[in-house]
Amino acid sequence: MKLTGAEIVIKTLIEQGTTDVFGYPGGQVLNLYDALYKESENINHILTAHEQGASHAADGYSRATGKVGVVIATSGPGATNLVTGIATAMLDSIPMVAITGNVPNSLIGKDSFQEIDITGVTLPITKHNFFVSRVEDLADTVREAFRIAKSGRPGPVLIDIPKDVQIATYEYEPQPVVEKIPLDLARQEEIDEAIRLLNEAERPYIYIGGGAAGLGLGKEIEALAERLDGYIGCTFMGLSAVNNDCDRFLGMQGMHGHYASSMAQKEADLIFAIGVRFSDRATGNVKKFATGTKIVQLDPDFAEINKNVQVDVGIVGDVADSFARIAKGVAQKSHPEWKKTVEQLRVDENRYIAEAEQEANAPLTPKQIFDIINARKPAGTVIATDVGQHQMWTAQYVSFDRPRRFVSSGGLGTRGFGLGAAIGAQVATGDCTVLITGDGSFGMNLNELATAVSYNIPVIIVLMNNGVLGMVRQWQTLFFGKRYSNTVLGRQTDFVKLAEAFGARGYRAATPEEFEEAFVKAIADRCPVVIDTLIDSDAFVLPMLPPGGSIDDIIVRK
Amino acid sequence: MEQKKQFVIAVYVDNQAGVLTRVTGMFTRRGFNIDALTVGETESPAYSRITITLSGDRYAREQLINQLRKLYSVKKVEVLDDDCIKRGLMLIKVKNTAQTRSDVLAAVDVYRAKVIDYTTDAMSIEITGDPSKIDAFIKLMMPFGIIEMCRTGIVALERGNNTLFN
Repeated sequence: MKLTGAEIVIKTLIEQGTTDVFGYPGGQVLNLYDALYKESENINHILTAHEQGASHAADGYSRATGKVGVVIATSGPGATNLVTGIATAMLDSIPMVAITGNVPNSLIGKDSFQEIDITGVTLPITKHNFFVSRVEDLADTVREAFRIAKSGRPGPVLIDIPKDVQIATYEYEPQPVVEKIPLDLARQEEIDEAIRLLNEAERPYIYIGGGAAGLGLGKEIEALAERLDGYIGCTFMGLSAVNNDCDRFLGMQGMHGHYASSMAQKEADLIFAIGVRFSDRATGNVKKFATGTKIVQLDPDFAEINKNVQVDVGIVGDVADSFARIAKGVAQKSHPEWKKTVEQLRVDENRYIAEAEQEANAPLTPKQIFDIINARKPAGTVIATDVGQHQMWTAQYVSFDRPRRFVSSGGLGTRGFGLGAAIGAQVATGDCTVLITGDGSFGMNLNELATAVSYNIPVIIVLMNNGVLGMVRQWQTLFFGKRYSNTVLGRQTDFVKLAEAFGARGYRAATPEEFEEAFVKAIADRCPVVIDTLIDSDAFVLPMLPPGGSIDDIIVRK
Repeated sequence: MEQKKQFVIAVYVDNQAGVLTRVTGMFTRRGFNIDALTVGETESPAYSRITITLSGDRYAREQLINQLRKLYSVKKVEVLDDDCIKRGLMLIKVKNTAQTRSDVLAAVDVYRAKVIDYTTDAMSIEITGDPSKIDAFIKLMMPFGIIEMCRTGIVALERGNNTLFN
């Protein structure tokens, strides 16, 4: 059948399994929105308050499900407003397709109204991008964009479509959902070498990252840890890969990681790294990272092997397949010394946390908030965050019970990511969704409260309000002689009234009892809720590795 | 510390607008410093061939290859053998004076270069060859007075029946 380019785009999205898109209309996407209107039975569009919010929503949608998130924006400023969202997805390898309109081909390159070279702008922050100048190429380009976004190491793909291409007509034939390009299978010699190192290890540490988080390997990783008599640590992005209640799990390591996890990684004689990229936030000073420790690394991306850290065995290809083949070759081990060492690290860690709590001397501490959230959150709750202290406390204290329940900007560290992402994750899963945020981050994109209210998306926003940019302030305290340059916000915003003004509900909590009451009420409300939670502006995220430092420089007390 | 070495990388890319920007943009982004780059047509209209000359250690070389291979528009990447056939082209304009004329022409003859433009005060010379030959020719011309020169990066092929695809 003959359709317009705009209709072809929407039909192809539906054909590729897209049920929800996020976006914002404008001059050069009028045709796309007209096509969406006609297909509204088959595809749901969520109108956000800002294109940036839409991009984060598409990202959160993808993180929570593994599906390709889709966002639509108009040309010029609409397209540039996607940039932060696309970069966020790129740094965390999130599959996303961004569709932008552009001025007609005849006006391209003439500095026309709302014209921007968005493929040029997004070149370094997309896995690939397309400028589609002919309607004949449109359907296949959309399909190829999906294939690229979800194959190998996933990532965002942008498609820029001039208005005349949206108007032109061409034949459309539905096609099946594109398959991912299959990853190579590892060579047996590499697998054997990995098995040998794992079997020889006396102090094994399984280290999981974002590349493992979506593979559903949680149970298998736990079983391997049991068999190896080893422990599991993770990167920030790997947090929800295994059930956090598993007694082999030490939690996140790195700059703000758990003491026991970071120390165990340092003490280990073998690190079995699965889907990690050895980011600077995870390794600290890379010259002092894991010196003398054997490293076996599995990754779908060949460019991650030996990029930041030299490994002993680097296995590129299908991670799930390599993992299963390696796990099969590992014998039942017993390392009582290693167990003793790690259990002692855990005792030390608990002591540090208890001491810090005692010294806190505040009516409501971050840890109390997270204890209540852990106790009260329904199974399968999605936890989204913004960026800063609240994010690190979330990573340290929240217990995740299944994969894809942690939605947070790791690589790019995007303040303002959370609310859009939480909306996307809630739309995708329908599950209880809690956004942990701070007053700094929340202030950046709180306009998306309007979106949550319009569609009654029941996101519970726990606003950890300390009146300052806490993480920056923490660095100023430690490294800049307490010169608090521009981190004391001094806002007079009443967040309860603000929530109500948007049509959401607002509660305030200054004590554990008040917070618990508000949180329980918020879960029952099934509508957008802001809980303005008052915490001390001098609370620290600990432990901390100072920037450029190594695990030897770990700071465990204020 | 491993020594820096010059090596030549041949890259097959889609013959489409913007592909060169994708490749060079990646170099900038990842902090690679390229000595020279040429791009042109190949035996197939669907592909262009980029020849990159780069100095660096093994780490730099591996990183460059890995990052190139990740680009969607890049179809094939190969480090060429040290003994591959390498050719560059240079056009060089030197002063033409009664005192220097015969020396310049003698050099052109020995280097199998070619005079392609000749006026009473200047000669334009074309020379192709291995980069070291061109370097030597420039050195030779210096005392005669180089007015202007323009030099390509190198193009390179493997010897014998070898190609990027076998």
